[in-house]
Amino acid sequence: MTTTAGPTPGTTTVFDLGVTGVRALNAELHAPTSRHYEVLRPQGAHAVAAGIDTDIAVDVRGHVGYYAAGMNDGGRVTVHGNAGTGVAENMMSGLVRVTGDASQSAGATAHGGLLVVEGSASMRCGISMKGVDIVVGGDIGPMSAFMAQAGRLVVCGDAGASLGDSIYEARVYVRGGVASLGADCVEKEVRPEHRAELAELLAAAGIDADPAGFRRYGSARRLYHFTSGNSY
Amino acid sequence: MCGIVGLHLRDPELHPLLGRLLETMLGQVVERGPDSAGVAVYGDRRRVPAGHAAVSLLLPAAPTTPNTPTSPADLAAALRDVPEPLVTTAGDTTVVAAPVGVEALVGAVRAALPEATVVGSGTDLTVYKGTGHPRGLAATYDLAGAQGWQGLAHTRMATESAVTPQGCHPFSVGPDQCLVHNGSFANHATIRRELQAAGHVFDSENDSEVGARFVADRLAKGDDLDKALRLLCERFDGFYTLLVTSADGFAVVRDAIACKPAVIAETDRWVAMASEFRALAELPGIERARIYEPEPERVYAWQRGATA
Repeated sequence: MTTTAGPTPGTTTVFDLGVTGVRALNAELHAPTSRHYEVLRPQGAHAVAAGIDTDIAVDVRGHVGYYAAGMNDGGRVTVHGNAGTGVAENMMSGLVRVTGDASQSAGATAHGGLLVVEGSASMRCGISMKGVDIVVGGDIGPMSAFMAQAGRLVVCGDAGASLGDSIYEARVYVRGGVASLGADCVEKEVRPEHRAELAELLAAAGIDADPAGFRRYGSARRLYHFTSGNSY
Repeated sequence: MCGIVGLHLRDPELHPLLGRLLETMLGQVVERGPDSAGVAVYGDRRRVPAGHAAVSLLLPAAPTTPNTPTSPADLAAALRDVPEPLVTTAGDTTVVAAPVGVEALVGAVRAALPEATVVGSGTDLTVYKGTGHPRGLAATYDLAGAQGWQGLAHTRMATESAVTPQGCHPFSVGPDQCLVHNGSFANHATIRRELQAAGHVFDSENDSEVGARFVADRLAKGDDLDKALRLLCERFDGFYTLLVTSADGFAVVRDAIACKPAVIAETDRWVAMASEFRALAELPGIERARIYEPEPERVYAWQRGATA
């Protein structure tokens, strides 16, 4: 760890993961002595910047592995590269931005905050999301928003097969094509309040896209109650 | 969970570095499969000299008879029908090379050493497999010293069959062919019975061997890797990320659910595939590579000599 200035607001602390390793980084981020961190040479390491629970900013310069910024609660983490499986999984609040692509299960089970993937996200994006907002600049893979319970998922590109299978109350907006909808997921009318929330989400994500070009998908609510016709 | 790494070198200037690059890649997937490791190297002329064939063998852990050869010199002597046999051992694996055809060498080895299991054969390919810690096994195989145009490695966390050298990947059941698998096939017993009925003989109880036998059967019938793997997707149920190599090919495929991870990176100089990006992070030129995840049930195949 090298500190370019003292541990006061406005300073940046640099971690070179080729030298210090992830445990030392995360220990520091859990009891931060600085407001801003630069993480160099992540080289696909797992759990980079996981478990942050204060309002600090972390810039990761390179590709990260599994569970980057997992459980984030108030931190502002930017991955300048690609992210592996489960980026921002179980995020509670804060902002996680991936400038490249994200692997599967991005934002899985996350309760709050905003996850921005400027590139594309692969399978199971937003699986079981519980209140997080996710904005993807590119495409999302198959089985995204599976059992999504709450929150908003915005996709500027295309969505893979079985979008929103067994979805609860999350709202999904897709600008491009949808390969297929999963069980109990249907297209819904885009009303003015939906355009307004889309505009807010796109602005918050810093993505320039016209809210008028999106379609909305959500739960048909046919799986909420047991249906005797489904019994054997 | 298992770990897969593979490297297909387009640039001949990199051929001397194949083993070093693969060893670095292997070191990043050790935690994914700490019980065994296997390696396949294509085009190392010190292991398979030009005009030679090579056969990789697993010998019984304990000699079955007092006359069972164990030392390289005894093995060479036992192969009296094979001209100029070069015998080397690396951990559990014994490699026999000789200036004869592949079928002739495999036949001679099976006749002379009936208790041995043939785990690889070809004119370009050397296979090593065994149980133990992958880092130690890489040293045992002298992976860092390997040269060539293509190679792969697998670290195993056994789920479907025992931790034995026979259960270790790669499965190489056709000439210059290899298959490594992360996942588990659900209907392998059914397909095994069908292949056995068609005359195929199996070496292990491993589910992945069924996949390798299926691919070898299709290649023998004239399919290319792309076609063989598309048929595999139709026939096999279960979880799989597969890396399959042949005498001139390198191919990746994942099942429809695609739970088992895979990352591909490509530059003008190489194609690489690994379970996780971190295994690719040290490759030369990775910062300019096209990096992507293979989509479910789509076959990605490359052929030697094809342009980028």
